[in-house]
Amino acid sequence: MASVGECPSPVPLKEKKLMDVKLGELPSWILMRDFTPKGIAGAFRRGYYRYYNKYVNVKKGGVAGISMVLAAYVLFNYCRCYKELKHERLRKYH
Amino acid sequence: MNENLFTSFTSPTMMGFPVVMLIILFPSIMFPSPDRLINNRLASIQQWLIQLTSKQMMSIHNHKGQTWTLMLMSLIMFIGSTNLLGLLPHSFTPTTQLSMNLGMAIPLWAGAVITGFRYKTKASLAHFLPQGTPLPLIPMLVIIETISLFIQPIALAVRLTANITAGHLLMHLIGGATLALTNISMTTALITFIILILLTILEFAVALIQAYVFTLLVSLYLHDNT
Repeated sequence: MASVGECPSPVPLKEKKLMDVKLGELPSWILMRDFTPKGIAGAFRRGYYRYYNKYVNVKKGGVAGISMVLAAYVLFNYCRCYKELKHERLRKYH
Repeated sequence: MNENLFTSFTSPTMMGFPVVMLIILFPSIMFPSPDRLINNRLASIQQWLIQLTSKQMMSIHNHKGQTWTLMLMSLIMFIGSTNLLGLLPHSFTPTTQLSMNLGMAIPLWAGAVITGFRYKTKASLAHFLPQGTPLPLIPMLVIIETISLFIQPIALAVRLTANITAGHLLMHLIGGATLALTNISMTTALITFIILILLTILEFAVALIQAYVFTLLVSLYLHDNT
């Protein structure tokens, strides 16, 4: 008789989500991920739809949906020109 | 100071990796495709705006001109969103590059002219001579009309580039002047106010898109249908 908390059929490593993977199995889990262009495109797609369905594609979406995207865009551009902006800080010695 | 002013117009690279393609493709994320009858608020607002714009813009065309609707609507969406995103701090605006605007203007203008010449050759050639000109003036006028025809794509591209670039440069300059004047107060309030007004007026960069597409549209109409 299987005790509580013990699943009778073990889930194969490849199909586990990240939070279910044990720490010792982490390297092999990472290596099993799909790193082909199709896989990477699929990852971007999943990420996009995850965000879109949570914040934008709702019945009463607000301004937060696109403002977060725009804030991330501003942050990305700031990181991009950090090198030139470094010299414009208010410091005595640059 | 000199170098700082124009570094924001260089092609953006991040640690040697050209991200200009990402930045050009970024506005497409802001336009989700409406797949239902009643969509979410973002898609509904955009749908309404595009219906408004397309009805206002394409109503003057006949059936043949209206086949260009998709092209012109995507053009106005692209230029509008790109210009508006360029108003965010530290961002890069692709439409400040003359290369890109020429790449948009020349094919579209050439398409319109060639369509006009192909289907209505006599009418297109007749555009080179306005009605009722006195006989001795005809050769000179034909030359002038030809020049004005070939200047159209260059004017389209340079108009967009110059307007957006000048607006961004002015904002940089006035913002820098404000920061420098904070130690010498009393004028800073005035200059900050000028920045605010300038930014609001610059928001009407969207009006530039209207100007762009409208001018293109008028040219298309004249060459295609008259």
